[in-house]
This record gives sequence, C-alpha cells and structure tokens, in this order.
Amino acid sequence: MKKTLIAVFLMALVTYLPRVLPMAVFRKEITSDYIKSFLYYVPYAVLASLTFPDIFTSTTGIVTAIVGTLTALLLAHKEKSLVVVALCSMLAVFITQILL
Amino acid sequence: MNGTKKQQYKNGLIKGLPVGLGYLPVSFTFGFMAVSAGLPVWLAVLISMTNLTSSGQFAGTNLIISGGTYIEITLTTFVINMRYMLMSLSLSQKMEPGTSIFHRLLFSFGITDETFAIASVEPKNISGSYMYGLITFPYLGWSAGTFLGACTSGILPEIAKGAMGIALYAMFIAIIIPPAKKQAPILYVILISITITCLIRYIPVFEFISDGFCTIIATVSASMAAAYFYPVNKKEDK
Repeated sequence: MKKTLIAVFLMALVTYLPRVLPMAVFRKEITSDYIKSFLYYVPYAVLASLTFPDIFTSTTGIVTAIVGTLTALLLAHKEKSLVVVALCSMLAVFITQILL
Repeated sequence: MNGTKKQQYKNGLIKGLPVGLGYLPVSFTFGFMAVSAGLPVWLAVLISMTNLTSSGQFAGTNLIISGGTYIEITLTTFVINMRYMLMSLSLSQKMEPGTSIFHRLLFSFGITDETFAIASVEPKNISGSYMYGLITFPYLGWSAGTFLGACTSGILPEIAKGAMGIALYAMFIAIIIPPAKKQAPILYVILISITITCLIRYIPVFEFISDGFCTIIATVSASMAAAYFYPVNKKEDK
C-alpha cells in the first residue's frame, strides 16, 4: 500500500506542476500574436486528439460506440449542454446495447 | 472583470456548475473502474481529490493496478498532463494583473480541460475569486462522483458499465463542436489534430510513440499550423 500511495503522490505532483508553473512563474503578458493564437487553438486540438479515435473503443463494441458518437455530435451541434450531451450519448449506447 | 469579489466568486460558481455535474458520470466511471480492479474506495477518492484530472488519472491508475514502475507512472501521467502548461500559460495571460502568487498557487490546482475552456472564453480579464468559484463544483463533482462510483462497484450490471465509458468523450465533443460551428479555423484545428492522431496511431512506423506523446504532437502541430494561417487578434478582448 505504501508503494501505491507514493505512486498517487507522484501522479498528483506531475499533474499539479504543469498547472501551476506557468501560472505562478510566467507572469508577464505574451505579446506575440503567433503564440497567443497558438494557445487559443490548443484546447480544441487537445480535446479532439483525446476524443478521436479513442471514443470508438470506449464502449463494449464499435456499433454502440458509433451510435453514441453520432448522438454526441448531433446534440453538440445543436449546442446542448455538456450534461445533456454526455447523458444522451450514454443512453444511446445503453439502448443500442440492449437492442443488439 | 467587474463586481465585488463575492459577485465574481458567484459568477464562477454558476459557470462551474454544469462542469461539476458533467464530471459526475465520468468520475463515477473512474471510481467504479478503480474499485472493480481491486483498489479500496478511499484510495480511489484520494486519487480524484489529489489529481482532479481525467485522462492522466485514468492512465496512472491503470498503471498502478497493473503494477507499473514509479517512472512509468510518473512519465505517463506527466506527458498526458503537459497540455496543462499551455492552458495555464494561456490563463495566466487573462488573470487580473494584481493576482497574488499565493492565490495562483492555490487555484491553479483546479485548472482542467473544462474549467480552462470556460475561463478562456470569458470576454474580460478574470480574477482569483472567479477561479475559486469556477473550480468549486468541478472539484466537488469529481470527488463525489468517484465516491459514488466506487461504492456502486459490484452492484451495477455489466451492461450499464459499458455505456459509461463514452461519457468523457461525449463531454469533449460538447465542448469543441459549438465553437467549431462558428469559427472555421477551429474546425480545421480539430480535423488536423484528429488526422495526425490517427496517422500516428495506425501507421506501424510510429508504434514507439505513446498515446500521450501522440496527443502532444498532434496538438502542437495542429495549433502551430492554425496559428500561422489563421492568427487570432485578441486585442479587442482586453
């Protein structure tokens, strides 16, 4: 258990450091439009890369995953809230699982 | 940012509420998975309360369960979390000038993909009070969801478990699609990033690249390309 606790501490540390160092150290304003633009696009690129293609293996099968993904895409396109998109997507997967 | 500290905190609190709710199914899944794999309930909750992150925490816990070394666990988690440096740097540009280092050290803990996404689209500078408000519900939701999921392990049927895995990704889709509708460059960034991710994942030559590094490479290249071709002029935001 001691080994596990150390591992959890290490995880917490390397999760906290990237969050805090730029916020606490780089306190000057960035003037470069290029870097500003770069930082503006980063979250979309990260989330897209984290989501695709992994979403297709996030359920018990490819068919349920595709149904869930399409549900999420459709509702997100309709600008529904995070909770609604997540819940409906799960529900769609759940129903597809029962039907298959 | 206008208003008293209390108003700013409240404003953040309201903005953070949907994130906190959205975290419930995801952290529920985490707690459920961790305990199903043999970890005690308190440890699953401790991981959530000290890490407050999805992919890094999922990956790290996975390695703990499979008996990974300290180096593997630390490196994998760090690589997945490196993206927070970019988010933190970006948010540091939006902070009200007088924000003290003490507060920066504290609220930085609550920077996640989602809280960042919300804070970064605030039209004006943001304050420490706003950040504390913003991260309150996400923190509670993440911890409480983990606890509930951990306690539910063993009760829930397999079929419901299978449906929960998609929740996190559905949330990510809900975050990136609406802005992509309005701004073509964001759509391009998303498509480029996914294309690079798939190329690295599926072309055997790139097998040595871990999933975490793959995301970093895709993110940096897609964002660099977009910043070059579609520079954003954010001056009017200030």
